[in-house]
Amino acid sequence: MSTQTLVELFERGLDAPICLTWELTYACNLACVHCLSSSGRRDPGELSTAECKAVIDTLERMQVFYVNIGGGEPTVRPDFWELVDYATAHRVGVKFSTNGVRIDEAVARKLAASDYVDVQISLDGATAEVNDAVRGQGSHAMAIRAMEHLAAAGFTGFKISVVVTRQNAGQLDEFKALADRYGAQLRLTRLRPSGRGADVWDELHPTAAQQRQLYDWLCAHGEQVLTGDSFFHLAAYGEALPGLNMCGAGRVVCLIDPVGDVYACPFAIHENFLAGNIRAGGFEAVWRDSPLFAELRGPSAGGACASCQFYDSCRGGCMAAKFFTGLPLDGPDPECVRGFGEQARAERALAEQALAGADRTALPRPGVDHSHHGPVRGQPGRGQAARPVPVTIGRRPVAAPPDRACDVNPLAGFAAGGAG
Amino acid sequence: MSTDPPGAALLNPVRAAPLNPAGAAPLNPAGPAHAFDLDRPWRLDERVAVRPEPFGALLYHFGTRRLSFLKNTTMLAVVRSLAEHPSARAACTAAGVQPGGMAAYQRGLAVLAESHMITPQAAA
Repeated sequence: MSTQTLVELFERGLDAPICLTWELTYACNLACVHCLSSSGRRDPGELSTAECKAVIDTLERMQVFYVNIGGGEPTVRPDFWELVDYATAHRVGVKFSTNGVRIDEAVARKLAASDYVDVQISLDGATAEVNDAVRGQGSHAMAIRAMEHLAAAGFTGFKISVVVTRQNAGQLDEFKALADRYGAQLRLTRLRPSGRGADVWDELHPTAAQQRQLYDWLCAHGEQVLTGDSFFHLAAYGEALPGLNMCGAGRVVCLIDPVGDVYACPFAIHENFLAGNIRAGGFEAVWRDSPLFAELRGPSAGGACASCQFYDSCRGGCMAAKFFTGLPLDGPDPECVRGFGEQARAERALAEQALAGADRTALPRPGVDHSHHGPVRGQPGRGQAARPVPVTIGRRPVAAPPDRACDVNPLAGFAAGGAG
Repeated sequence: MSTDPPGAALLNPVRAAPLNPAGAAPLNPAGPAHAFDLDRPWRLDERVAVRPEPFGALLYHFGTRRLSFLKNTTMLAVVRSLAEHPSARAACTAAGVQPGGMAAYQRGLAVLAESHMITPQAAA
């Protein structure tokens, strides 16, 4: 009988992902400052309804139990509910993340009736003040309204999903109270310097002291609070948090983006982590045959972290967090609880200044950027302290071109009653 | 540890739940085993999907949205055939479990029962 642990087995990859994130669209009615997929405008190359159904057929065949659908704001796709129904009819469960824009009374009732659909409402502040500074004016009220509809429809156990930031790290008890009030479950996840998150990482990521408080809070709340296994870098504080405590990228998780590109994880939208596209041969072929995934499933040495006594706990932390902060993938996480990540970043900054006066534009940029070009109603950051202007390197031109097919308001055509 | 317990470790799909850091055993291995009745008939809950894997299988319960693992193929055979046997013990025996190894399978089944992956069925 094998003496390998499950983690060791999982690190070598599975025949199909356990947890697959599928971003259905880059279109979004909001413009959150930390959006990990730099969403805003619909991509004209988005998978069609038929192509999406073919993906679902594949997932059914591979026995992927459920998909985490996100975006963008997935519910603004006109075929969203059709795809949800198609997936659940094919025994592929759906958990979707939404800012709540489409969760009215009727939708809430429909959702409450299905065992196969779970809903995750994004909220990044227990108060409108904290939330709206990141997600945009009115977004707190929108999320609360959605929760009220879900609760009224009898949907218990939906998720309130919070990205922990420096600004909301002191509100954990308030978030928990909010979840309890609506019969929901709180889910806390880690801020990543991915997508537009790279631009605000230095201002938003929790301080070392907050990380420690978060860890203690999570330990105290145990299984009542979900984390998506995203704080495994904190395991080095001592007791491991519940979960696998490993990086699942390309091993047990991956991302399918709106145009069918498959990335190792939702936080790594960059060509370095692009495994292939489902339009060339299907998802199964990418998952099984991608050289990138094969590499990720191979043994990892631990690099600079190998000699650390806590390496077995934190496994060097999050690959994406390291990559987008310019740190080597085999070194410490930028939020290494022992401070080695901060130290490495400081050394990196010094070295770069000495070389060429380089600034953070030298850091890797997300591979695709669908951020809105123009102002978005309620957009955070407008009129506040200037944030770095996103520099686009890649497929999108920097200067705003004339209106294109993908630039239309993602909500166009969906407004109930046609009120404009 | 010399053997990998055959039983189920549970994992919440969103946040991996009661799996100890070694990823090998139920958190409370001594707990539910005594309560599990090996001598009555059981079956897989109809809301549970089973996905065979080289190491055993993954189980997912659509109602509770929890994931579980079977850590070897014998346990998979037991779970899959539960409904065909008059008792869980008979299913284990048919899958090749020796009397001396029964306790480990009883513990694994207890974990599955506690999480509603398997459910008692009325005796025929």
